[in-house]
Amino acid sequence: MNNWFKSGSPWIWLTGGAVSISLISVIGLLALIAWRGLSFFWPSEVVQLELEVDGKQSIVIGEIYDRENVPTSRILATGADLGDYNEEFVERLLVKTGNREYVELDFRWILTTDIKSQSAPEEMAVFERSKNGNFYGYVEKVIENGQVHTTDKVEKLEELVERAVSLNEQALDLQNGAIGHINYELERARLKQRSYELNGELTQERIQEYEKFKAEQKAQYDTLEKALFKLRDQAKRDQVIVKDMRGEMVKIPLYQVLDFTFPNDMGFFSKLGQYFIQLGKFVSDDPREANTEGGVFPAIFGTVFMVMLMAVIVTPFGVVAAIYLHEYAAKNAVTKMIRIAVINLAGVPSIVYGVFGLGFFVYMLGGSLDQLFYPEALPGPTFGTPGVMWSALTLAILTLPVVIVSTEEGLSRIPSSIRQGSLALGATKAETLWRIIVPMASPAIMTGLILAVARAAGEVAPLMLVGVVKMAPTLPLDGNFPFMHLDRKFMHLGFHIYDVGFQSPNVEAARPLVYATAFLLVSVIIALNITAIGVRNHLREKFKVLEH
Amino acid sequence: MASHSQKSNFHTDRGRLIKDKVAQFSIFSGGVMVLAALLMIFFYLLYVVAPIFESASVTPRNEFTLPVGQKIVAAGMEEQTEIAYLLTQSGMMDFYHVKGLEFGKKINSSKINLSGKVTSFAQSAPHLGLYAYGFDNGEITLVHPKFEVSFPNDTRVITPGISYPIGDVNLLVDEHAQAIKDFAFSVDEGKISVLAQTQKNKIIFTVFTAEENFMTDEIEWIAQYGELDVEGRIDELLISPDGTRSFVRSANKVFIFNTRDIDNISLIQGLAANEENSNLVSSVLLAGANSLLFNNDNGEISQWFEVLTDQGREFTKVRTFNTADKNITAMFPEFYRRTFFTVNQEGDLGLYYTTSESILWLGKVANSAISHFAISPRSDAALVIAGNTVSLLDIVNEHPEVSWSGLWNEVWYEGYSEPGYTWQSTSASDDFESKFSLIPISFGTIKAAFYAMLFAVPIALSAAVYTAYFMSPQLRKVVKPTIEIMEALPTVILGFLAGLWLAPIFEEHLPAILILLFGLPLSMLATAFGWSKLPQSMRNSVPEGSHSLLLIPVVLLLGVFAFSMSPLVESLLFGGDVRQYLTNDLGLNFDQRNSLVVGIAMGFAVIPTIFTIAEDAVFSVPKHLTNGSLALGATQWQTLVKVVLLTASPGIFSAIMMGLGRAVGETMIVLMATGNTPIMDWSIFQGMRTLAANIAVEMPESEVGSSHYRILFLAAFVLFIFTFMFNTVAEFVRQRLREKYSSM
Repeated sequence: MNNWFKSGSPWIWLTGGAVSISLISVIGLLALIAWRGLSFFWPSEVVQLELEVDGKQSIVIGEIYDRENVPTSRILATGADLGDYNEEFVERLLVKTGNREYVELDFRWILTTDIKSQSAPEEMAVFERSKNGNFYGYVEKVIENGQVHTTDKVEKLEELVERAVSLNEQALDLQNGAIGHINYELERARLKQRSYELNGELTQERIQEYEKFKAEQKAQYDTLEKALFKLRDQAKRDQVIVKDMRGEMVKIPLYQVLDFTFPNDMGFFSKLGQYFIQLGKFVSDDPREANTEGGVFPAIFGTVFMVMLMAVIVTPFGVVAAIYLHEYAAKNAVTKMIRIAVINLAGVPSIVYGVFGLGFFVYMLGGSLDQLFYPEALPGPTFGTPGVMWSALTLAILTLPVVIVSTEEGLSRIPSSIRQGSLALGATKAETLWRIIVPMASPAIMTGLILAVARAAGEVAPLMLVGVVKMAPTLPLDGNFPFMHLDRKFMHLGFHIYDVGFQSPNVEAARPLVYATAFLLVSVIIALNITAIGVRNHLREKFKVLEH
Repeated sequence: MASHSQKSNFHTDRGRLIKDKVAQFSIFSGGVMVLAALLMIFFYLLYVVAPIFESASVTPRNEFTLPVGQKIVAAGMEEQTEIAYLLTQSGMMDFYHVKGLEFGKKINSSKINLSGKVTSFAQSAPHLGLYAYGFDNGEITLVHPKFEVSFPNDTRVITPGISYPIGDVNLLVDEHAQAIKDFAFSVDEGKISVLAQTQKNKIIFTVFTAEENFMTDEIEWIAQYGELDVEGRIDELLISPDGTRSFVRSANKVFIFNTRDIDNISLIQGLAANEENSNLVSSVLLAGANSLLFNNDNGEISQWFEVLTDQGREFTKVRTFNTADKNITAMFPEFYRRTFFTVNQEGDLGLYYTTSESILWLGKVANSAISHFAISPRSDAALVIAGNTVSLLDIVNEHPEVSWSGLWNEVWYEGYSEPGYTWQSTSASDDFESKFSLIPISFGTIKAAFYAMLFAVPIALSAAVYTAYFMSPQLRKVVKPTIEIMEALPTVILGFLAGLWLAPIFEEHLPAILILLFGLPLSMLATAFGWSKLPQSMRNSVPEGSHSLLLIPVVLLLGVFAFSMSPLVESLLFGGDVRQYLTNDLGLNFDQRNSLVVGIAMGFAVIPTIFTIAEDAVFSVPKHLTNGSLALGATQWQTLVKVVLLTASPGIFSAIMMGLGRAVGETMIVLMATGNTPIMDWSIFQGMRTLAANIAVEMPESEVGSSHYRILFLAAFVLFIFTFMFNTVAEFVRQRLREKYSSM
């Protein structure tokens, strides 16, 4: 034993154990996110639990979210009566009961000892609604335009829900499209008028022109608004009567229903189909109910848009700096200082960039821009407020070192014989760079860019200061001139996770959605990183061949 | 292009050369830009922070002379400091221009409706801007200046006038209709409290409450009368703005009454407020009305406020300013901040801030004794009357509450029972005093980083050593990128998992964590021992350098074991509930989101940083060194400890520095995995608030240019400097190491 310790072999095992722990943590973490994130979309069984608490019978309908073992003593300490139950632990279930407007809490813990029977009736319906979350219950009657249907309820309901959904969609299109456009044009005209006024160019003619334009737009607006109200009224036509877990008949207007399913009646393949439908909705829909339900499309769009904008800014600067450091820089103090600057830019906490971006870009640069170019909108800020452009700029500085380091590595792998060959043939240094070196280093530049994008996509802290919001009414890209609105605020996947997970009023309900969002973000970032590593390895192999 | 003439070739060559030069220059500037970016961040942060340490300044704007024969009782200014007003004993309110070319010109003069012979005069707390005249028939009348702002032709015009806040009625303060000799009053949400002296030694206290007459919809003021018991001569009367505290000064004694309930007026405390061997000259309530200031004839000014003592809440002397000026006649508080001014008989002005105990400005502003002084609502100007001269002073005093010592030393704030380090930046009320001590949040930063490093360093370094030195090359190719991918994980996801997944698990299964802490190394050693006892042939069948693969099932099994044993251990060792055991038996508070959670989550974020750099350092130790050592008969382990680690130690050091830099500045994990309370406690079961998280929480709601905003920039600057030092040192060490290796 003593010898064994002296040999050092146990310590080697311990260091090996550290590797095992690291590996288990990484893989376990990714698996956890993947499992939680992906299982969210699987249509889960809706159970009907018959309970007896203190002699009172009641029925609870819902999805079982979680189950755990609790020491019996702790349950007894809360004053609950467990009867003659005397095991050490008691199991309890977390049930999502939905029907938010009719019950106090849409999540509740239920002790298994209280459950008398459990069943999963096939005719149990789940209504996905635009307000108040899911509704669970039995479809009793379908009311079409005042006419009650009690037979072929499901077929009728399907037809009517489809109708209501399509009417809602039309209304929303009208609202965001044509009506939104009119509002935008009116605001632009107003600002133009104000700028004439500020410059003292406001003539009677222009005032009349403006009034005329306003009247035209107003007339258009009125017709559109009528159409919108008509659509909404049409959508309100039908209702469905559902029997809920209290045994009461609840009338649900169909314009609030987005979809309904009978999860207990589904086979594996229809569940799979439903799974992908839900997944599709998640990435393409707008969020609902203070972000705790619906999709994350604006967040995906905002993240991608901001990151692309950032890539456009960071690439030229990063590449030029790397070329300078590798191709031009002499071994002197300036070069050394630049290298230290690169290291430090990589090491400065991201929140410091946020603070800098807020003070320098938003208030100082943006404030001056407003004074110079948008005086008509003052005191309302245009660029003097956090927005997508400032976020992109801030993250561009943050990711600059990533591009520099990666590009420089690529440059250093290009054999110097190639440079010398080009120079010997009479090319200038700039020509050598432009024609030979940069094209050869382009995969490395690409790697740097991908890594920068991956870093920027996951960064949240600075964005909280320079442009991200929990709910952006409009996307930074739309059909209104000039199409790209760099001054707008945007939504971001990372911030969405923080906001929904920690700031939302109903954390329990929002949690699965947060896992799904997290999974989306992680998979994008890991995919980007793996691509970058792949490109880099490919490059290494390629130049290894060149060297020999 | 060979057919081109010699001449044109020459031109293209020149063109090419110029292009080359241009490219060289622009690439050079591109490179320097990186440096410029870093410097810009540094100087911009400094530029925003600097004003908080600038000292205050007072500069005279202009002055004008008053006509002789007016008896001024009070003076004041309107918010834009364009108009000043003076109230006279005879009930005139005169308005003067104090800005621009018309400086000193009288705008108008309004007569206040006085219904009796004026016997006394009083003014409210400065932020209310109310004045009152007391009459010989026991009544008082309230008046205040009114400034109407209008914009004819797009220019701002302020029209001054007077208004009566409770209408043009008098309040009968003394039910016996005796002359009011001296009084103090306060107005607060439909309640007017008046403290008045009518005869020698007789102090009455009257409260008027507003009641709406339901017939006429008119407001009627219903009076209730009370009396205060004070002996001796009466020098000064003060009342708090909400009317709940009344102060009566009699020579050097101050009597404090609880006047919250008029039917139950009680003396709370009678204190001798003078300093040793001196007498009180004057007293005043500081903004917020929690503090009393006393001015002694030896030049000392003392601040008193209520402090929780053994006898309950008592007024206690908290600090004294030794002004060395024995001639100070009066003190004037600012509207909202804890700044106060002193004036004396020689025309000197003093500017002080109580909480930071600083003397901000001292100087001469008039040639004779200053009789009246008024500060503007925005505290950017003051009106001084000395003799017949009225002078206006411009005051720059943006951040009196911030001082270097206040940020890093203990400060005694109003209402606290002792000096302490407090961070409390905002509150709903206007006269709230912000408490900016960077100590609790710096402490939190260090605490979070400490626990993270405690978790990360052993694992990251061991893993790095094993991966670089023992692991088989094929395995290393897979393991290294896998651990490095952790670095790419967004911290917001780590924070989210830590806060919503890990924290509840830890709360439920604390014993499991304990088991894992001891069980992991022990089980690894046991496995190792068992392995060494296996027959040689079996051991040879597993390739060298795959210990970690063998250990994966062991670790997993132990994890399952720990969590399944957790309830059992809990009931055996901790009486069924660890949290209760911690609170009751060990006296430890338990937060769900605590340092343990942060340490592990942030350790996770730091592990790949340390791992990558340390692994590189160990891996690039020249092979001939290790081969030499092994050839001389050292075991693998001896070679590692005595040769490899020693050579690579600078690299390992720089890895730890880099990791520390990352842990100090990490925002999202701490933000999400702790409760963000700025407490100072090393306990692993309590949370903290860090510099970075503090910025993220408070920056969006701080007003641009305010002290709070600048202090948050200071926090960012501190972080910047911290990480700059860590990173620069680490980089230097690494470069030295690289040179050393290349020379070996």
